[in-house]
Amino acid sequence: MNHKMICRTLGNIITLEGALMALPALCALCYREWRVALVFFCTAAASTFAGWIVSRIFAHCDRTIYAREGFVTVGLAWILMSAVGAVPLILTGDIASPVDAFFEIVSGLTTTGASILRDVTALSHGGAFWRSFTHWIGGMGVLVLMMAIFSDSTGRSIHIMRAEMPGPVVDKIVPRVKDTAKILYLMYIGLTLTEVVFLLFGGMSLFESLIHSFGTAGTGGFSVRSDSIGAYSPYLQWVITIFMLLFGVNFNLYYLLLLKRFRSALRSEELWTYLGTVVVATGIITANILSMIGSFGEAFRQAAFQVASIITTTGYSSADFNLWPNLSRVILLLLMFMGGCAGSTAGGLKVSRVCILFKGAGRELSKLLHPRSVTTVRFEGKPLDESTRAGVTSYFAVYALLMAAIFLIIGHEPFDLETHITAVVACFNNVGPGFSAVGPMGGYADYGPVSKIALSAAMLLGRLEIYPLLLTFTPATWRKR
Amino acid sequence: MKIIVCGCGKIGTTILAALAAEGHDLVALDDDPAVIAEVTNIYDVIGVRGNGADCETLENAGVREAELFIAVTGSDELNMLACFLARRMGAGHTIARIRNPEYNDASLDFMKRELELSMAINPELLAARELFDILRLPSAAKIETFSGRTFEMVELILREDSPLAGLVLRDLRTRFKAKVLICTVQREDKVFIPLGDFVLKSGDRIGITASPSEIGKFMREAGLITKKARRVMLLGGSRTAFYLSKMLSASGMDVKVIEKNEAVAQELSENLPGVSVVLGDGAQQELLLEEGIRDSDAFVSLTGMDEENILISIYAASQKVPKVISKINRDELCSMAEKLGLETYISPRRIIADVMVQYARALENSQDSQVETLYKLMDGRAEALEFLVKQSSEGLTETPLRELAVNMKPNILMAGIIRGRKTIVPGGEDVILPGDRVIVLTSGHRLADLSDILAAR
Repeated sequence: MNHKMICRTLGNIITLEGALMALPALCALCYREWRVALVFFCTAAASTFAGWIVSRIFAHCDRTIYAREGFVTVGLAWILMSAVGAVPLILTGDIASPVDAFFEIVSGLTTTGASILRDVTALSHGGAFWRSFTHWIGGMGVLVLMMAIFSDSTGRSIHIMRAEMPGPVVDKIVPRVKDTAKILYLMYIGLTLTEVVFLLFGGMSLFESLIHSFGTAGTGGFSVRSDSIGAYSPYLQWVITIFMLLFGVNFNLYYLLLLKRFRSALRSEELWTYLGTVVVATGIITANILSMIGSFGEAFRQAAFQVASIITTTGYSSADFNLWPNLSRVILLLLMFMGGCAGSTAGGLKVSRVCILFKGAGRELSKLLHPRSVTTVRFEGKPLDESTRAGVTSYFAVYALLMAAIFLIIGHEPFDLETHITAVVACFNNVGPGFSAVGPMGGYADYGPVSKIALSAAMLLGRLEIYPLLLTFTPATWRKR
Repeated sequence: MKIIVCGCGKIGTTILAALAAEGHDLVALDDDPAVIAEVTNIYDVIGVRGNGADCETLENAGVREAELFIAVTGSDELNMLACFLARRMGAGHTIARIRNPEYNDASLDFMKRELELSMAINPELLAARELFDILRLPSAAKIETFSGRTFEMVELILREDSPLAGLVLRDLRTRFKAKVLICTVQREDKVFIPLGDFVLKSGDRIGITASPSEIGKFMREAGLITKKARRVMLLGGSRTAFYLSKMLSASGMDVKVIEKNEAVAQELSENLPGVSVVLGDGAQQELLLEEGIRDSDAFVSLTGMDEENILISIYAASQKVPKVISKINRDELCSMAEKLGLETYISPRRIIADVMVQYARALENSQDSQVETLYKLMDGRAEALEFLVKQSSEGLTETPLRELAVNMKPNILMAGIIRGRKTIVPGGEDVILPGDRVIVLTSGHRLADLSDILAAR
């Protein structure tokens, strides 16, 4: 284990996080929240300095890393970032309890959007900005950002990128890791700014446009209104619906579009499955809630918004879907598991994994019928590696087991089963709101500290796709080779 | 610059590593998914799986935008076909590895022209040439030649009793009449481009540049010369051995090749009249003794196994063979062999990597000058480059070196200027003229153009 290189990368990450904290500080200055600004500036300076010192100490270390260093770096980096990110929220008094602040920032960075706040409107502007900004940072990944900025990436940095980027198979889009990271971030920034412009055009204030764009881009879901998006005009709701869906698409496809390789971009099986699911789910829910809401336009908008919000694991809501008929709620619950496309900012299992699981299961069935048949599972037009297929199957098994474990930990809390189940599902898949007490109008405030820590772990496990965090805490990882 | 490397075997990965260090955009092409996974884990490259002679695969690899396409799979024919297709599909330059001796005769030029190959590389032939150069001057640990063979760089390891140990470089000209330049010194793990007050010590590995005749004169004056090898024993009948024995026997040396495979031995003896071929296992010391290893002037170990080469070379050295050379392909074994006391070894992979880096750099920036030759020295910590000055440029050509020196980056040394058939060891009053070839040594800089030696103003 190359401890020095891990420390050095962690140092860089903290430096970077410190630098990013300057933005909420500026925001606080604009709103004349002097104390908040001071807190953010001081934390930013302290963490930049501390990170810089650490990376200086290890400046001349051996930079060779292997897959295990990649996993551990990512696992530790996210925990460390969450801890550092929680500090200003505690110091400003926005969230007094350290456990609550940690939960909130984990929820931000993992783009979950689950909140322990009873009243979001009470937050300071600086605090609210930071909370939503963590969505944006966590969406594409901080280590990816670090690779785009710091110049110490080597060929082996791919291990870190693989550990942080979601999806069963992570590939570079251009030969160099640094360039890949840069291109991803440029597209990300471009799409985010486009959304800000559209929201401003619809009459939203600059502050709220930024907050909601961050929330959409990272597929996070923190809002500054207690009824989330419900109070905004239909135009704004449509803009957010469309951008949520856009951020749930694999970013590699956008790169293909930029290269004008439309045909290869549109051939993506995952994209069509994703869009097909959205259309079907929206159709069924529209029909299901039509009688309850009355007008078709309204029902269609509500259904589309909620489906987009849940499948991309954003977690915004334009209506209290907790009150919807059971069929609609079941569909939404299933969409939580599915999530967006691999290589997007969305959470969940990912559409590609679901496709591979189904195809793999189909093959097993046909094997039972025709034991001697030789079959190939094809995905995206290519024969699927047996190792990838097996990887997806075992991922699914670990995913289910860990969810069960977290469910067990929070089981002692005095809530109904629906609350518990959806709390775990919504946190693990980085959605945010579940049903019943943790529904869109509820929150996680009433859970005890142990459960909050467990749910924070669930969010981190979900965002990092389990292995980085799991391996960080496996003793075998730390044993000498 | 975008470069596609087709075939990620031993040579392919070495090329990838060397070009990745140069900062190029690399695509690695191989039909084995395991190889692709391995390569993309280690180097900063993108991997494409598929057959290099398949248009769709080439398309996926982005051959249209590629400025350089290098085919180094195990098959010559596949390399040629892949290069041909790549060129037709829009690759700027193509390089194929062609190592079958049958293709490396008169027909090579015809094939190169018809397939529009920019270069055909033959690692075995290049290795054989390097071995041949060393055997001409056995006291050298390594010899690098520059274009036209009018300029050389010879690496020597200073022994305990070396007359050069303790020499202050400033006194070089007064102690010796020969006009040579000591331009690199490797001491333990450090590489120096030494200045006048540098003192040599025994154990140093030094690089000397000059024209071959001056170097010969210097070696005689310093008493470093050992007699030319007459009887050479080669172990292993590889392609390198084939080319080398051909060259050696053509220059009148007595060559004996030991090969354990009967068919290979038979083929060698058919194709190499005048070379004695012995069938037997060279790992047996008895056989080596019987074949007269003690009377050989030089022993070259060329089997396919690095470890075997190292061990047998150590044995040969213990039998007081004056010059022992081993072929070592894996970089990590090279430094180990050095520690075990083998001072001369050659690495075909390194040779190829140097050629590729040179070619890519020459493509990159060829406005005023062009990299003609490049050698990585001392584990890649220093480079020797030959630039062809194509046209005059402000502040570089027609300027006395004394004035250039003021503005030059540190750790750069101008070792020689080749003008026509004349070799100049540069002094303060000399100038660079268009058409000159300039040899530059550097450590810690990446030079693509001669003007890169000047610090930015």
